Parts: sequence; structure tokens; C-alpha cells
Amino acid sequence: MADKMKASIRKIATFVEETRSEMGHAVNPPTRRAAAVAVIENPCAGKYVEDLSELMLIGEELGELLTQRAVAALGIPATAVESYGKAAAVGENGELEHAAAILHPKLGAPVRKVLGKGAALIPSSKKRGGLGVALDIPLGHKDAAFVRSHFDGMEVRINDAPRANEIMVAVAVTDSGRPLPRVGGLTKGEIKGEDGLR
Amino acid sequence: MPEVQIRKKFTAVEEIFHEGGPISSRPLRRAAALAVIHNPFAGAYVKEIAGFMDDLKPLGLEMARSLVKALGGDPKVVEGYGKGAIIGSAGELEHGALWHVPGGYAMREILGDAKAIVASTKKVGGPGTRLDVPITHINASYVRSHFDAMEVGLADSPRADEILLALVMTTGPRVHARVGGLKASEIKGEDGLR
Repeated sequence: MADKMKASIRKIATFVEETRSEMGHAVNPPTRRAAAVAVIENPCAGKYVEDLSELMLIGEELGELLTQRAVAALGIPATAVESYGKAAAVGENGELEHAAAILHPKLGAPVRKVLGKGAALIPSSKKRGGLGVALDIPLGHKDAAFVRSHFDGMEVRINDAPRANEIMVAVAVTDSGRPLPRVGGLTKGEIKGEDGLR
Repeated sequence: MPEVQIRKKFTAVEEIFHEGGPISSRPLRRAAALAVIHNPFAGAYVKEIAGFMDDLKPLGLEMARSLVKALGGDPKVVEGYGKGAIIGSAGELEHGALWHVPGGYAMREILGDAKAIVASTKKVGGPGTRLDVPITHINASYVRSHFDAMEVGLADSPRADEILLALVMTTGPRVHARVGGLKASEIKGEDGLR
């Protein structure tokens, strides 16, 4: 698989987290979230490259692959995903703009195609860092960004990535919001679903 | 003995295609299952703790099964394993030792007749502590190509009165293993060592 793709993938990691209680208070049903992370070669590492379209195409490809992997890890139908997020960490020989090229122009459309929906902005974060850097993937409701119970984040890291000439790319999905949400705001039951915001 | 209270569970799977060398036709997969549980002995010295090992057996089996599932569902693909624990700051290292029997025997039971000792490590640490869980071949500890490790940890665990329990399974040798030693194909399988 890895050699047929535009991206040269060294490894793919998936993470699933299930929270069953907080402060002794049961979380029922448990909240579950998953992230899929690809570690790829950065074709633009070590030099200034003006045209980043190669990275944009890699982003498109990874948007589909990582969303499929994350949904599969969660073991739910893709249409049952409630919130999502994306992030990238560029190794030390790369530029923050390389993360932007992967994440922003083309990655979102295949994510939404896999999920069947997704009117809201996909929240994102990016950074440059060394091996083992922690990536905090922001999470938001996929159909209405203002759903307060679903403002969240998921930390992922891989001890041997990103190497200097690599980029870590992550997509996270959930079947729920935070474990015991109680700070008010728009609830998922109130989503109008017209503008991706409310 | 007290009931096992689980706050969260976590599964990680890595699929490794290469590490700078030729792309493997059979990517190495490593999976880790973590459970964060309440430490019933936190905050005081408790002399009799061994009974908790029995309480942990169902969790060990559940985690071992979840690892096989994460690796595709066939226990025959599993070639390496390991286990570990991180004890929160109000506990003692000995509490981590409670995991040896229920964690190790659960994996052996699920994998059939695994003969080698399950490599392990443990430490006391705060939230975010990372643990390098050692990995060796399931039938012969000396198989050099399968000496490996997987780093695990969770940003919010273990809290002071918690224990983070880990089981790890892998599907093969290091992706570019080439430092000789006993090969998996040479295992005699008599003593769990060679």
C-alpha cells in the first residue's frame, strides 16, 4: 500500500481512548475517541520550496486514509462520528507552512466524504518539533462548530517521530463529546445545521 | 478484595512499513492496550495485597482479547509480547508487581501455548509518564530479531491513586532486523528460552 501512494509512509499509528468514569462518577455510555497518525517523508525538507502543491495532494490522500483508519479503530459507522479534528507536526528540517499545505487546501473534502457529512470547520493545530513531540489535536462537532459539549482535544505522540525529514499527520474522530459536559452552551440536540456553526 | 474500577481504556496500534530501508512486504504491527484503574492500596502501606491479582484476571483477559482484535482477530499472527505498569504517586512499586500474574497469564491463555516468560517493566510516576514496555518472542526469549519495545503513556494518567496497566503484542521481528542471533525459525520450543 505504502509504495503506491503519493505519500511515502514510514508508519501509521492508531489510538483509541475510552473514558468510563471521572472522579468516581460513571460516564455512561463511555466517551470514545480515536486518532490515526501517518508518519511520512517530507518531500520539501531541507530547502525552501515555493510551490507546495505536492504536499497538498498528499494531504488529500491522507485525509481519506486516516479518516478511514480512525473510524475503523473506533468500530462505528462513519455516519455516527460526532466530532473531528486534524493536526500535523513537521520535523526540524521542514517548515510550518508544510503542515499548512497538508492540512488546509485538500485534506478536508475526503474527510467529509468518508463521514458523509461535516458542515463545520475541521479544527486544526500544527507545530514543528522533534521526536516524541506531543500533538494536541483540537476537536469540534462536525456539523455545528458551536456545540460546546464537543469542544475538546486529544493528545497523541509517537516516540520515534517526526524525524528531521518527516511530517506527522493526524486525524481524530469521536462518537461523543467530553465525558461529563456541564458548562452549558449549544447542545447537539439544538443543532440547526444550516451554516456549520449552530 | 476490592472491585477493579476502570477510569479509562486506551488502545494504540502501530503499523511500520520501513525505517529507512526496504519497504517490508509484511509490515510490522505493534499494539498496546492500557487500562487506568483505581489503586485500592494508595495512600497507606497495606501488607496483604496479593488477593488483588485474582481480581485483575478478568481485566487481563479483556485486554489480551482486545489486542488480538486490534491486530485483526487471529491470535496466530502474534509473535511478541510484553507487559508493564505505572503506579501513581500515592502507591508503591509493589502494587505494579500485582500485574505480573493476571497480565502475563491472560496473554498466554489467549495465545494458546506461548512458552516464553512475558518481558515486563514497571515504575512509579505521575500523569504523562512514559513507559518503554519490553517485548520478546512469545515462545523463545532468546530470539534476537524480536527484542523490541513499545513506548506507551497517557497525558492524564496515572493520577496519584491510580495504576496504569499495559499489555503489548507484536506481529513480527523489528522491521529491518539484521544483527544475527537465534532466529524464530530455529526455535526448539522446549524451555521457553531457545
